[in-house]
Amino acid sequence: MSILLDGLQALGASGMHTLRRIGRAHLLFVAMVGGVIDMLRKPGLLIAQLFSVGVLSVLLIAVAGLFVGMVLGLQGFYILSQFSAEATLGVMVAASLVRELGPVVTALLFAGRAGSALTAEIGLMKATEQLSGLEMMAVDPIRRVLTPRLYAGVLAMPLLAAMFSALGVLGGYFVGTGLLGVDGGTYWTQIAAKIDFNEDIVNGVIKSLVFGVVCTWIALFQGYDTVPTSEGVSRSTTRTVVHSALAVLGLDFVLTALMFGN
Amino acid sequence: MKSVSDPSDEKPLVRIRGLKFRRGSRVIFDGVDVDIQRGQVTAVMGPSGTGKTTLLKLISGQLRPDAGVIEVDGLNVHALNRAELYRLRMRMGMLFQSGALLTDLNVFENVAYPIREHTDLTESLIRKLVLIKLEAVGLRGAAGLMPSELSGGMARRIALARAMAMDPMMIMYDEPFTGQDPISMGALLKLIRSLNDAAHISSILVSHDVQETAAIADEIYVISNGHVIQHGTPERMMNSDDPWVRQFLHGLPDGPVPFHYPAPPLADDLLGEGG
Ligand SMILES: Nc1ncnc2c1ncn2[C@@H]1O[C@H](COP(=O)(O)OP(=O)(O)OP(=O)(O)O)[C@@H](O)[C@H]1O
Ligand SMILES: [Mg+2]
Repeated sequence: MSILLDGLQALGASGMHTLRRIGRAHLLFVAMVGGVIDMLRKPGLLIAQLFSVGVLSVLLIAVAGLFVGMVLGLQGFYILSQFSAEATLGVMVAASLVRELGPVVTALLFAGRAGSALTAEIGLMKATEQLSGLEMMAVDPIRRVLTPRLYAGVLAMPLLAAMFSALGVLGGYFVGTGLLGVDGGTYWTQIAAKIDFNEDIVNGVIKSLVFGVVCTWIALFQGYDTVPTSEGVSRSTTRTVVHSALAVLGLDFVLTALMFGN
Repeated sequence: MKSVSDPSDEKPLVRIRGLKFRRGSRVIFDGVDVDIQRGQVTAVMGPSGTGKTTLLKLISGQLRPDAGVIEVDGLNVHALNRAELYRLRMRMGMLFQSGALLTDLNVFENVAYPIREHTDLTESLIRKLVLIKLEAVGLRGAAGLMPSELSGGMARRIALARAMAMDPMMIMYDEPFTGQDPISMGALLKLIRSLNDAAHISSILVSHDVQETAAIADEIYVISNGHVIQHGTPERMMNSDDPWVRQFLHGLPDGPVPFHYPAPPLADDLLGEGG
């Protein structure tokens, strides 16, 4: 009987703990978003963060996009040629990239590259009392430190995803025309004819905007809410990558169902 | 300019009444009254882990008491809204035990940070101000170093320069002497005293260095077990008959203050688990 009650109590306690965390995460989000006016007065902070969140991820995203596009070219050619539809290879590559792989793979890589770095940075700032130090200098650490990082992440994600898709299409082109003998002109004209701006590109951008908000939010919250020890920071960093990956894949399903469902 | 010649007839700068605070189930303060007089150096002493750092965080509004009132310059710290609290904090400096420098900025930029945040001074004026503050702590030559290139003692002196940067009305020092060699310790003692007298900055000084602190303090509070054990001038405290105060100020190993964090008897612990 008492084991049952203890179990129930533990369940309730961990449930409350989780709910509180979710509550804190939302409060933090509101506070970060509200810092935008303050941030626009010091655009240098945003630009510096765009560099460290965005520009430093460019190489990784570019190389990944190129390889994913090349694999799509190989696999797509193999399947399409069974139906003698090799000419539509360009459309297949471009549509998969713009609609799905661009936003999703970029977000997963972003969580691993930039998200974990954000968590570790903020977490260490907390552990070394830098955030309290800012508070004591009458500087709001949320507005000064977190807000520019949030907006930088949200702005960088669609740009990175666009680059991923563009390089992927190029990769597919090289493999298709160079290795497999698909006609280059057809590759491009098919893409131009069949990829719809609203249906494909806008929806892809919406996806990566959503992923940008979610991944950066998770990373910043995990850093800000970390237990201020080295172990705490290491756990938070891991949680950032795991939670971001799950959130991106889950949200991708929901968004895809909403956008392309009918 | 306000006269500090007779601080006794002014209201205290910091007034704490009935302060209660707990961390989880551990009671840190259980009804503490403290007055920090204007224009004085008030030392807060007590065994490690009694809550001296916690007291400074309560005064600066980083923590919220469970009961009691803390007033700074007549303002109830925990009844202020965020903007008012920030305005009050611009008049308080705090030297963290760890220094708390921003690791992505160099020494110069760290000291310049609060000035840049809160004023629109020109670059050349900021430069002069920062160099003066750095000169005061003897580290003008380190202006170009990054925090990771500083020793612990240097980092704390830079943090002191930063705490002075906005010319606050009071500075809270959390163990400023830890890790200082005798020379910089002497310089720091003189600096704290002269900031206090010349710039009229009231000081709250948390320190374990009894002799040095007693030499510059006007008032000493000894805190232990959640209570103020005794307070008074250094002479009165050093000659106190109270066994707690005697033990602490004279560093006697035996006495009412336990060296150990509360624990069951050692024998029980050793025999109990997996024995
Ligand atoms: N974040 C925290 N969470 C829980 N307990 C804490 C936390 N910070 C401090 N404590 C507890 O509060 C008590 C007082 O801590 P505090 O840091 O104020 O001590 P102190 O007097 O400054 O000690 P020292 O002289 O060693 O710096 C300690 O017993 C500590 O265990
Ligand atoms: Mg302390």
